[in-house]
Amino acid sequence: MLEIKCPYCGKRSQNEFSYGGDANLKRPELGKEVSDKVWDDFVYYRSNPKGKHSELWHHVSGCRQWFKVSRNTATHEIFKTSKLDEEL
Amino acid sequence: MSQLYRLNKDGYINRDKKISFVFNGKKYFGYEGDTLASALLANGVHLIGRSYKYHRPRGLFGAGVDEPNAKVQLYRGTETEPNANVTEVELVEGLVAKSQNCWPSVYFDFGAINNFLNKFFPAGFYYKTFMWPKNFWYKVYEPIIRKIAGLGVAPLTPDKDRYEHKYEHCDVLVVGSGPSGLGSALSAGKNGARVILAEDKPRFGGSLLTDEVTIGNKKGNEWANEVILQLKSMPNVTVKNRSQVFGYYDHNMMVMFERTKDHVENPKKFTPRQRLWYIRAKEIIISTGSIERPLVFANNDRPGILLASAAKEYMKVYGVLVGNKPIIFTNNDSAYETAIEFKKNGINPIIVDTRESSDNSVVKEAKNLNIEIKFSCGLANTRGYRRVNLATIGKFNSDKSGYEKLENISCDCVCVSGNWTPTIHLSSQSGNKLKYNDALNAFIPNQQKQNETTIGSAKGSMTLKQSLEEGFSKGFELSNKITNNNLKNTAPTSNERNYGQHDKFWCMPLPKKKNYKRFVDFQNDVAVSDIELAIREGFRSIEHIKRYTTLGMATDQGKTSNLNGLQLVSNIERKIVPEVGHTTFRPPYTPVTIGTIVGREVGKHYRPTRKSPMHEWHEKNNAVFVDAGLWLRPRYYKQEKETLLEASTREAINVRKNVGVCDVTSLGKIDIKGPDSAEFLNRVYTNAWMKLPIGKARYGVMLREDGIVFDDGTTTRIAENHYHMTTTTAQAVNVLAHLEYYLQVVWSELNVNVVSTTEQWAGAALAGPNSRNLLSKLFPENDVSNENFPFMGYMESELFGVPARIFRISFSGELAYEINVQSSYGIFMWEKIIELGQEMNIEPYGTEALSTLRIEMGHVAGSEIDGRTISYDLSLEGMLSKKKDFIGKRSLIREAFTNPKREKIVGLIPLDQKTMIPEGSHLVKDGNATLPNPKLGHVSASCWSAEYNNPFSLAILQDGKNKIGEKLFAVSPLKNRNIAVEVVSSHYVDPKGERVRS
Repeated sequence: MLEIKCPYCGKRSQNEFSYGGDANLKRPELGKEVSDKVWDDFVYYRSNPKGKHSELWHHVSGCRQWFKVSRNTATHEIFKTSKLDEEL
Repeated sequence: MSQLYRLNKDGYINRDKKISFVFNGKKYFGYEGDTLASALLANGVHLIGRSYKYHRPRGLFGAGVDEPNAKVQLYRGTETEPNANVTEVELVEGLVAKSQNCWPSVYFDFGAINNFLNKFFPAGFYYKTFMWPKNFWYKVYEPIIRKIAGLGVAPLTPDKDRYEHKYEHCDVLVVGSGPSGLGSALSAGKNGARVILAEDKPRFGGSLLTDEVTIGNKKGNEWANEVILQLKSMPNVTVKNRSQVFGYYDHNMMVMFERTKDHVENPKKFTPRQRLWYIRAKEIIISTGSIERPLVFANNDRPGILLASAAKEYMKVYGVLVGNKPIIFTNNDSAYETAIEFKKNGINPIIVDTRESSDNSVVKEAKNLNIEIKFSCGLANTRGYRRVNLATIGKFNSDKSGYEKLENISCDCVCVSGNWTPTIHLSSQSGNKLKYNDALNAFIPNQQKQNETTIGSAKGSMTLKQSLEEGFSKGFELSNKITNNNLKNTAPTSNERNYGQHDKFWCMPLPKKKNYKRFVDFQNDVAVSDIELAIREGFRSIEHIKRYTTLGMATDQGKTSNLNGLQLVSNIERKIVPEVGHTTFRPPYTPVTIGTIVGREVGKHYRPTRKSPMHEWHEKNNAVFVDAGLWLRPRYYKQEKETLLEASTREAINVRKNVGVCDVTSLGKIDIKGPDSAEFLNRVYTNAWMKLPIGKARYGVMLREDGIVFDDGTTTRIAENHYHMTTTTAQAVNVLAHLEYYLQVVWSELNVNVVSTTEQWAGAALAGPNSRNLLSKLFPENDVSNENFPFMGYMESELFGVPARIFRISFSGELAYEINVQSSYGIFMWEKIIELGQEMNIEPYGTEALSTLRIEMGHVAGSEIDGRTISYDLSLEGMLSKKKDFIGKRSLIREAFTNPKREKIVGLIPLDQKTMIPEGSHLVKDGNATLPNPKLGHVSASCWSAEYNNPFSLAILQDGKNKIGEKLFAVSPLKNRNIAVEVVSSHYVDPKGERVRS
């Protein structure tokens, strides 16, 4: 079980959090016309890197804040966590 | 006549307290402090069980967790436990144990015929035999094999014991309390670190309990005692015995079980049997020691043949002799300690040493004690069916490929030692890349992945001096890293016997022209010949050989056999061991009972149960409950001998005719506040929200980004910047997380806050033609006329002094209202409704009637919003705004979603007007067509229409829009049904929706 440092609450066990996927995903702007490819990339396609990955986590059983985590997907090493508006 | 093999000195047992126990129906005595193993040995009992495959008689081989043979079935009152390790079972008064895997008895076992049929049971026999005739496997072969090849009997009744979980944090967790573990715990504890020291045995000290050493000016065991007392007195140190750390998980999460009950004679009522500890440690010190390796020779599995270190432990810890005529068979110096110990107790052992000579101090000491030593010799064979009684000792030829001469010597036990294997399981589980140590012929930890440090003999440091030094220095170093304290402790001086190099020779040749079994893995009956066969058959990877032969796959996980197996493979393949590699170490290190893993999360504690404030009223009024997510909701209120269908139909009819009340507390409620709330709702829902007036509710549907319908519900504008959203019971949690995601991650510029208020409000839905009349009685001061309080209206009022919110919304399709009050007034509200509704024939209705009402109205719910349907499919496409963008909108123009023949919701009526259509039935054109019969759609929900008194179902049907009026078949192969149906509109009752507006 991972130990994740919530930027608001501090270190907590993984079972307080839920995973939210790629932190660099950008939703196309509302009302803007986008191609099928751009939209499909946003909805379906994710890279699955072995190694460093920036991802979102949600402190569901805590402060209910979403935040960013830089994690090694192969070793589970967590390099850094940050609030959404901070540099990861 | 008892305990003939008990010494009158030595050991840590309490000779003043006799304990009786029963083994295989016979009563024996032991002492307090014994294990079942030591007590049996004290009574001269070596034969404990029968082996897995060949049913060969087997006895004790070890003295701890490495024991491969001696597993028994335990009985405590009405409870039974299979596969208990006799070496780990502590003796308590009244213990009852029985041999397993034998019939009629361990003494005469019918299954032993397998031993003579062993030609039919080579490695992988189950892949090769029993193939014909094909259907014999399930009916004949498998049941028979299961019966004869097995372990204990699983208990059939629920486990009555209580198990608990505990979470703990510390700076340094020390696993194992041998010299290195004690040293590191003391050093780290004194330096201010929060330390947990865990020992799996009842007694602390590890090898210090058995070794003749001195530390400082004390005997090893005295020093250990003193350190433990010191550690126990330190507030920053927790010391735990009977506690096995069995798993090393990510981020230094260690899992340990503590045995808290079975060793206690009269446990208190609520004493848990075991406690599972989750320990998050900043640093882990692994001082798990090492396990002695067996030597492999012909018939090396007979009762009475055991590890030399185990024999020593029985003498030193329990004051028990494993025999009176011992042969010590070794390839190294450490076994000489066992011989010397025998000698001190007046027994004359014979040492058989595979080496040509050795002149280390311990060997000299043995010589000085006149112990007979036979160098350049090995055991060629043994005899004795139920206990070893003869050893054939062979003088090796020059290259040790055979024997020059053989000599038979009678004996009653053989103590074997093939050198030591570091216990690296935990460090390997942590991700440590192991390396092969040539001097030890074993793997040791190397490259760390987590904050883990292995010390002492677990790391291959085989002397006491090294162990103590590593313990003290690592304890300081790691604690210093955490506490920044600089209180350094140095290791005390120590004295021990010194050992030389062992002989890298461990697999004895067979006597000429003999094909005796030489066992590598005792518990799974894997012999040298099985591994040779696997390699001959082409298996090369050690992982494949393991699985084919089952080497190391028994409950002991090959603690004594893995390395010998590897060495054997490397010898045959002419590779070096590191090239062969090792199999993966996985948790748990020792078997863990399922009860411990589950803990208190059993039965109703498996997950939380959510109850509405009106729950007790429902209970008192014969509600039959149903699980709705975590909630318990009344399904129907049973009157006399009603069935579910009778009750729910009665309740539904009463709603249509009079008025009903339904507990809707479990519906998700989210409070939304902020100046951008309207804009946010406009993005979240598919329809328009910018112009919803204050005091009005609106129905909304939300999609996922992929265009699939996510959830629906009503949202009410309470004030300028304040909304009240409702969600379905099932999706309440997910909708909140969804809103939070968009507000925090995607559109952080929106000034909106959301919070769940599901549990703050109790909700009651009034539905039926009399509901307005009832509402006016509940709120006599309010004008609730259709003009003043129209459909989708909202007002705030007081219910006899209790603040209340009233929504004019309807799920049943009838004229209906929902009243919310603070949860603590829920029961007050409910009872008032029932009381004032009496004159209008009010009846409560449950979720079953609620379903009936919504199905015949054609309202969609979870069975239609199933994660596969889009708005069009549910006939909700009219709610898709063309003017604005919203979550998921862009997906709706994808090809599959614009297909004009897409599925659409329809109604179904059986042609016979009588047969209920099972939910999940497939819709097909021809009910009797041959398979595969193309599926046109499926039945999502069925009810008995309260309005029309016949069955009615909702279905999702391909091109459903154009199929109204067609005849199809609903087939349910599972229920063996084939029902002719007519496709009708999904709006079966009040298709124009007049009632809700009346």
